Amino acid sequence: MEFVSQNWIPGNFKSVPDTGRTVQIPSKLPEDIELSHDVVQHGWTPITTTTSVLGVVFESGVALAADTLTSYGSMACFQNNPRILTVNQNIIVAAAGEYSDYQFIRDVVEEKVRTEKSLNDGISMKPKALHTWLSRVLYNRRTKMKPLWSTFLVAGIQNDVPFLGEIDKLGTAFVDDQIASGYGAYLALPLMRKAIDEKREKFNSKLTKDEAVDLLKKCMEVLYYRDARSHDKYQIGIITKDSVEVQNLALKPRWEVAKLVQGYE
Amino acid sequence: MSSIGTGYDLSASQFSPDGRVFQVEYAFKAVENSGTAIALRGSDGVVFAVEKLVTSKLHEDSTGKRLFSVEDHIGMAVGGLTADASAILDVAREEARSYRQNYNMPISVKYLNERVSMYIHAHTLYSAIRPFGCAVIIGSYDPKDGPQMYMIDPAGVSFGYFGCAIGKAKQTAKTEIEKLNLKTMTCKELIKEAAKIIYMVHDELKDKQFELELSWVGSHTNGKHEEVSRDVFDDALKYAKASLDDDSGSDGE
Repeated sequence: MEFVSQNWIPGNFKSVPDTGRTVQIPSKLPEDIELSHDVVQHGWTPITTTTSVLGVVFESGVALAADTLTSYGSMACFQNNPRILTVNQNIIVAAAGEYSDYQFIRDVVEEKVRTEKSLNDGISMKPKALHTWLSRVLYNRRTKMKPLWSTFLVAGIQNDVPFLGEIDKLGTAFVDDQIASGYGAYLALPLMRKAIDEKREKFNSKLTKDEAVDLLKKCMEVLYYRDARSHDKYQIGIITKDSVEVQNLALKPRWEVAKLVQGYE
Repeated sequence: MSSIGTGYDLSASQFSPDGRVFQVEYAFKAVENSGTAIALRGSDGVVFAVEKLVTSKLHEDSTGKRLFSVEDHIGMAVGGLTADASAILDVAREEARSYRQNYNMPISVKYLNERVSMYIHAHTLYSAIRPFGCAVIIGSYDPKDGPQMYMIDPAGVSFGYFGCAIGKAKQTAKTEIEKLNLKTMTCKELIKEAAKIIYMVHDELKDKQFELELSWVGSHTNGKHEEVSRDVFDDALKYAKASLDDDSGSDGE
């Protein structure tokens, strides 16, 4: 990948085209107009969106969950858009937000992996590296007022230790043992924390792989009941030291619980 | 050489009176000085074998390789000036990358051959630049089109081949390749023959040390170009050495 030699900024790649909208500032503003967001609009709003994405670290790896729905506003538009990406044997990535921005990053990451493979030195990218790289790209784009409208979860194994990190559209990057974006941050994250804390307090240990997957399934079900942009078809990606897999799953919702919701008539 | 002193060999953009371009012919000479590289196209894939000459005992093993992957599915063997060859490899990779970006599918080796040939050919047309002193063989396999292989010379001329050879012993190697029934042979059979040919054409008197490089791409590798496994390599090596011993034995009788 080539870099622009002059005034190069980390994360600013020549082969990354600007997908942001340029804002035309009128050369002469009417005198009585107030300079406000009515005149100059920076950034834009996402159009085709996906909802929450969840990630949880277990004893020997990390599991991610995300449904396969892409919404166009409130319309359930595309029902089979996977958004868990197997980057290589060390990393899986899941995204939420503008689907096209995810596709764009996916293409760039896949190219990075191919370029890296051609070096033929037996070294492949590790999750911390991708987490940092994504944080530079997203931060760089938000600084240009052209954010990539996405939240990414990067999961993988770094030197035999499970790694889970998030980067949001502002370039805010952090690492944690349980992460949920969007509605999941309100509805799923408390459930995940509770499960992890209980396991630690009772057994002084981390979740097993099966417990982590069951936890994610439970969270996806809860989200399906309460998040109007969610979907019953979803994927769970599981990465451990020796395996990477992405499962296609479907919920079996029990709408009889609807009767229990009372008082909002 | 008839070209020297005539003044017609100073530029790639001038013909000699009898219609030759000496700079391009010198580039061919550069390839003829390099270690031999061969590629064989069988029924289920393409195998590559390279005689990598080791010019100094101080060199680390397995550096200065001459077998590469352009992308996952395309292998490339090179001969001639290795620095020129790696520039061509870069061009091929960039071509494959941009094809993928535009069409979202892997580049076909037929199209890659066209692009790389024209690039090499363009360097035989101008006085300000010199032709590439290297030749390359590219090969791949896909279930629909089967195995495919092309060789490009320093003039930018290319053909599809069933078997081809570049470098020092290309004549001897070609004679050996012609004895094989390539169309019916599988990669597993051909890899042994390829190793044998490299060992056979190696000139121990002129070039003492060399390293054998073997790679393949075929249905058995799922269309991916890869170095052969240790086991396959050892088997091929054993076969090559054994059949050479047999030959020299029968010569002595």
